Amino acid sequence: MSNRLRHFRQTLTAAALAAALAAPLALTVPGVAVAQERGGTMNIIVQPEPPILVLGLNQQGPTQTVAGKIYQGLLTFGFDLTPQPELAESWEVSPDGKVYTFKLVKNAKWHDGKPFTAHDVVFSTSKFLMETHPRARATFSKCEKIEALDDYTVRFTLKEPFGPFLQAFEVSSAPMMPKHIYEGTDFKANPANATPIGTGPFKFKEWNKGSYIHLVRNDEYWKAGKPYLDDIYFRVIPDAASRAVAVEQGTVQQTQFNDIETFDVPRLKGLPNVEMTTKGYEFFAPLSWIEINTRNKPLDDKRFRQAMMHAIDRKFIRDKIWFGLGRPATGPVNSVTRFHESNVRKYDFDPKKAEALLEEAGYKKGSDGTRAKVRLLVMPYGETWTRLGEYVKQAMKRVGVDVTLETTDAAGWVNRVSNWDYDLSFNFVYQYGDPALGVSRTYISDNIRKGVMFSNTMGYSNPEVDQLFAQAAQTNKDEERRQLYSAAQKILVEDVPVAWLLEMEFPTFVDKRFKNAVTTAIGVNESYDSVYMVKK
Amino acid sequence: MTAAAIAPARKGSGFWGAFARNKGAVIGLAFLTLIVLMAAFADVLYPDSPWDMTAMPFQPPLSEDALLGSDTLGRDIAAGIAHGARVSLLIGLTSTAVAVLIGVFLGAVSGFYGGRVDDLVMRFTELFQTIPNFVLAVVLVAIFTPSLTSIVLAIAIVSWPPLARLARGEFMSLRSREFVHAAVTTGQSNMTIIWRQILPNSLSPIIVSASLMVATAILLESSLSFLGLGDPNLMSWGYMVGAARTVIRQAWWMSFFPGIAILLTVLALNLVGEGLNDALNPKLARKGRS
Repeated sequence: MSNRLRHFRQTLTAAALAAALAAPLALTVPGVAVAQERGGTMNIIVQPEPPILVLGLNQQGPTQTVAGKIYQGLLTFGFDLTPQPELAESWEVSPDGKVYTFKLVKNAKWHDGKPFTAHDVVFSTSKFLMETHPRARATFSKCEKIEALDDYTVRFTLKEPFGPFLQAFEVSSAPMMPKHIYEGTDFKANPANATPIGTGPFKFKEWNKGSYIHLVRNDEYWKAGKPYLDDIYFRVIPDAASRAVAVEQGTVQQTQFNDIETFDVPRLKGLPNVEMTTKGYEFFAPLSWIEINTRNKPLDDKRFRQAMMHAIDRKFIRDKIWFGLGRPATGPVNSVTRFHESNVRKYDFDPKKAEALLEEAGYKKGSDGTRAKVRLLVMPYGETWTRLGEYVKQAMKRVGVDVTLETTDAAGWVNRVSNWDYDLSFNFVYQYGDPALGVSRTYISDNIRKGVMFSNTMGYSNPEVDQLFAQAAQTNKDEERRQLYSAAQKILVEDVPVAWLLEMEFPTFVDKRFKNAVTTAIGVNESYDSVYMVKK
Repeated sequence: MTAAAIAPARKGSGFWGAFARNKGAVIGLAFLTLIVLMAAFADVLYPDSPWDMTAMPFQPPLSEDALLGSDTLGRDIAAGIAHGARVSLLIGLTSTAVAVLIGVFLGAVSGFYGGRVDDLVMRFTELFQTIPNFVLAVVLVAIFTPSLTSIVLAIAIVSWPPLARLARGEFMSLRSREFVHAAVTTGQSNMTIIWRQILPNSLSPIIVSASLMVATAILLESSLSFLGLGDPNLMSWGYMVGAARTVIRQAWWMSFFPGIAILLTVLALNLVGEGLNDALNPKLARKGRS
């Protein structure tokens, strides 16, 4: 009996496979409309396995991807980072930029059937997240008052205008948490944390640790007729080679962020069953750079740092080390985010210019052809960064700078960089959609804090830049902010506090049968209520 | 102080005769000479640094600017192999030398004095023998951060115990021989007896196992570099294989040629070691063959 059943299943699988192979052909026939129909199961890789699924308590990347289907925020963001309605159907900002009023959707329900109201929003932003979420705390502590005007209206009153305030309502920045479950409890120790309750299109069903997380369709979802998928499995596959094979064999239908190693990307790109996109990371918009300790000689000399920018071929790095992923960076603000200024000093790849700058700065060639010696602490984040270290060493040698490579483990790297015990290193940080959230922290002198990683570890200090960033954060007039940020970027690019390398891109591979996976700037962390599967 | 120094003690041309009788050993020696020459003339053959990106990346073998192809960053594989030979041989020889020093010293003391000293030294040796070699080497290199010195020392530290045991056995058996007793009665000091009387007579097995140990050391170094624990500023074969393994499906040559280099060198060393064994321990060798 069970044998026959298994055989039947195998036949089914074979049929499904055949259908999958035929699907792309069918889709190319013009005039064939595809309806967004119900049904289908999606298998998505999650790596590494999240420690917990309660998004208010943990915002690591994998947690965001899984919990983004369970929890929701008031807003989401289009590819150009303009706010779009989610749990808030509309919002208003007062002319002085201090009062934000949100109208909530009226039919949203928690997974346990209780209605979602303004009181949940007030509870989440003024109590829960203030205690558990560092990024949210930084934003909502700028609020003088957070109040529910009625069951479906919330008003935030700020002490002073804060430019990127709306960005703070993205799902991972401020996930809405249920007041009726958490109020008056120890948030982190609440037994309900094992069975997360949100308002999202998918409900938590089962978590087989080390293997998969199973989410099922929320039949009571507040958007009529959605979601389309029956369920989603998040598969835990710790080994990178196995993940690539899972994509090749079609056992998973989606991978994201760093799931696929850069060197596997060109191969998987050519597969007939998946499509690759690099969109959907605009909200995070990571930027990589060579971290420069500006306290140490010869790195304290601006001309030396400018020479580095000329000596390094960012296009080569993108094409040969990142296998085509990313864009050569021109300055501190990622070009897919707001307020990017492209009219700044250009550093084209030109070793001759680099040498001229070094000559000018007084670094003459010694008898062995060396002008200066520096150390480079290679970031221990895998092969790709090691290759980058080797490349930088050679590129700098070409202009007469001798670079000694140093290796360490992840803890050692954080320890040495945050305690300023390095000459050069690598780093990349997320920009969270706005310079006030993800850019200024690297360059302002207030943030020179020994022992704190991802702060101004370079020790770069320029009062003018401090002033510009401070002013730009305290206004919500976009035009004014643009001017201030442009001015700041021009100074920074001239000063080269870090040597920017790439605006990094992550590849998302999605099975061609699944549509609408990446539709916003938060891409794979979206709720997936409009993702559907094309059968046949 | 190698074979040539001992040869006169044995029968004239006997050493070379015995060595040459083993065809494999001669081939091994020829190949080893070739590798040593390649290492010695690496700077002449490839004057640029092996890290220099001289060619287009991903060039297959027999390309115009890269005989054995180029790697992911456009570095010449052939240049890497030539310069890598230096690192491999250097690490192989120096770490073996250090291991021989430690091993023979401890073994000699242990075998000569016996009793308590022997117990103490042998328990200490066993301590090292119980820990898997490679794991200990990885831990040592990771702790002392990868550099040429830390790698040489780590390999030496995991390699000396077998030598200590071998030297101890030799010393123990020679200790009771007449010529040693004679030396004792003539009033020679212990140091002189160890150094002048016993050591020269126990050298042949030590030389044989040291020659094999060079091969093991090269393998250990390659494995460490493969895992990314090599000196990041030195080009080595293990590093080349390790760095290229990620693209092995697109570009086989990047890991194939350095892999072959490791294989042939280790094989050559083993063949030479066997030849030395035949030449220096004729009795043992004959027993082994029959």
